[in-house]
Amino acid sequence: MILEILKGLGTTAKHLVRPPVTIQYPEVKRPVRYRFKGRHELKRYDNGLEKCIGCALCAAACPADAIFVEASENTDAQRYSPGERYASTYEINMLRCIFCGYCEDACPTEAIVLEHDYELSFVDRASAIYTKEMLIVPVPDSGTSTPQQVEAGSFDRAIPDMEDPK
Amino acid sequence: MNPIDLLIATLQLRLGEYLVSVYGSENWVFVVRDVLTVLTISTFCLLIVIFLIWLERKVIARMQDRLGPNRVGGRYGLLQTVADVLKLLTKESLTPAGADKWAYNLAPLLIVMTALLMWAVIPFGPGAMGADLNIGVFYILAVSSVSVVCLLLAGWGSNNKYALLGAFRSVAQLVSYEVPMVLSLLIPIILAGSMATEAIIGAQYIPFLFVIPLSAVIFFISALAETGRTPFDLLEAESEIVAGFHVEYGGMKFGMFFLAEFIGTLLMSALFVTIYWGGYTLPLVNLVLGVFGLPPIDLASLAWGRTLSLPIFFGKVFVIYFVFIWIRATLPRVRIDQMLNLNWKFLVPLSLVLILVVAIVDKALPANTNVWAYSGIMLLANILIAVGAIELLRRRGRQERAAAEAAHDDELADISAEALPAAHH
Repeated sequence: MILEILKGLGTTAKHLVRPPVTIQYPEVKRPVRYRFKGRHELKRYDNGLEKCIGCALCAAACPADAIFVEASENTDAQRYSPGERYASTYEINMLRCIFCGYCEDACPTEAIVLEHDYELSFVDRASAIYTKEMLIVPVPDSGTSTPQQVEAGSFDRAIPDMEDPK
Repeated sequence: MNPIDLLIATLQLRLGEYLVSVYGSENWVFVVRDVLTVLTISTFCLLIVIFLIWLERKVIARMQDRLGPNRVGGRYGLLQTVADVLKLLTKESLTPAGADKWAYNLAPLLIVMTALLMWAVIPFGPGAMGADLNIGVFYILAVSSVSVVCLLLAGWGSNNKYALLGAFRSVAQLVSYEVPMVLSLLIPIILAGSMATEAIIGAQYIPFLFVIPLSAVIFFISALAETGRTPFDLLEAESEIVAGFHVEYGGMKFGMFFLAEFIGTLLMSALFVTIYWGGYTLPLVNLVLGVFGLPPIDLASLAWGRTLSLPIFFGKVFVIYFVFIWIRATLPRVRIDQMLNLNWKFLVPLSLVLILVVAIVDKALPANTNVWAYSGIMLLANILIAVGAIELLRRRGRQERAAAEAAHDDELADISAEALPAAHH
């Protein structure tokens, strides 16, 4: 009995001199895994056009009914996406989202991707709804912001090629 | 009265002597001296708790590979406890409806008072103590018993059956562990021939820790139980029950119980140092100096002796206090039956045997025995008793295990005997 107690005391003494394992979270953040499913991002092509074509397949695939998409027609004077239509409203309710990634699987243009931001806290229900402006990535250096004015007939496919068009 | 002399006397912890030398032995001088002593010791004890709580949290955290407090008051969280106390102070001070107002509100005050009262006879340096009672150890034991009344007062005054049950549980523990504590403290008293704490320190040519280690161990175990610390913290087992007797308390009233617990723990460390480890003196250093033919360090003869003895005394106290924390981080909580069994069936008989043997050895050895021979024989007696006790325990445990196994085997045989015919059908 005494030996066991001494052994236990030895263990705690050993741990006393070990460095603590605590990671000071808000100051120090652990990198997440490559395939971590965090907050969604709406991607753009290199020329700045939005990948999302407003097809709402993500909303259909969503088991938690967290996504709301409203599509509008693209025109050559005001072009958001290469396709026929674009998402004029895109909202994800983060209180409903279960981060399953089905939207990612359903998306035909790889527009929606679950990225690595996991700091999704809010103080009221209204701010749990992430709008398109919050989800969409900034315009890359090589592109220009949407809506773009393009020549008539530049985009004639309902679903664009997966490569960067133009 | 010279302000510089006053300052020097204060720093030398000789303010009382200085006042007497300036104003003569007037009654009011003694009153001022005593009031100042009481204020100094009480304030010190109350303030050191802030540090003790920080120390405990930090050490336990590091033993569990955590950081512990690290935000309030710089990197090391030194002001965390101050923030906690401020929180407790700003909380509403409420008395539950139906509570006995006097008992309920008096209990936290009394328990802190008893914890502080015990410091009166702890010598911080040669002559630097609240009151040099010739029954010092007895006084501590007597006052520590008063805390039992406070617990019962708190439990009863709360008018809550769980608080009352908690108080019963606490009282059962404190009262039973007082027995081995008193018995183990009798042994250094036999050796020193006095109950005065300074006399016990003076008698430790070799620290009693190395002369009567078994008594020290029994005292330490009962001190753990008396202060309600792990592994005997079932008074308020946080992980199992809400709390014990103080379940109805909140805010600073609850804080007072906490305060008393920490002061009590520090006091037990101080008492251990005083009685078993030479208090503010340095017996081991003196022994080494003696080997080289040098005179021992006599703090009492130095002008600054009292001030110098403070770091020595508190260094030792904090070593013992660290062991308290260490044990808390290591050992799991015992069950109430295990706790009471350990006390009544092991510690009490063991300390009784030890007293008997130590008293007989003390009387049997001639009065002029060499101190080394005397200590050696005492140490031998202690070790023999300890080994014997552990061997007895071991045999008992083996028998109990064998009996339990036999019973289990019988049970299995019964079950298979019943099951077999059924399987044929």
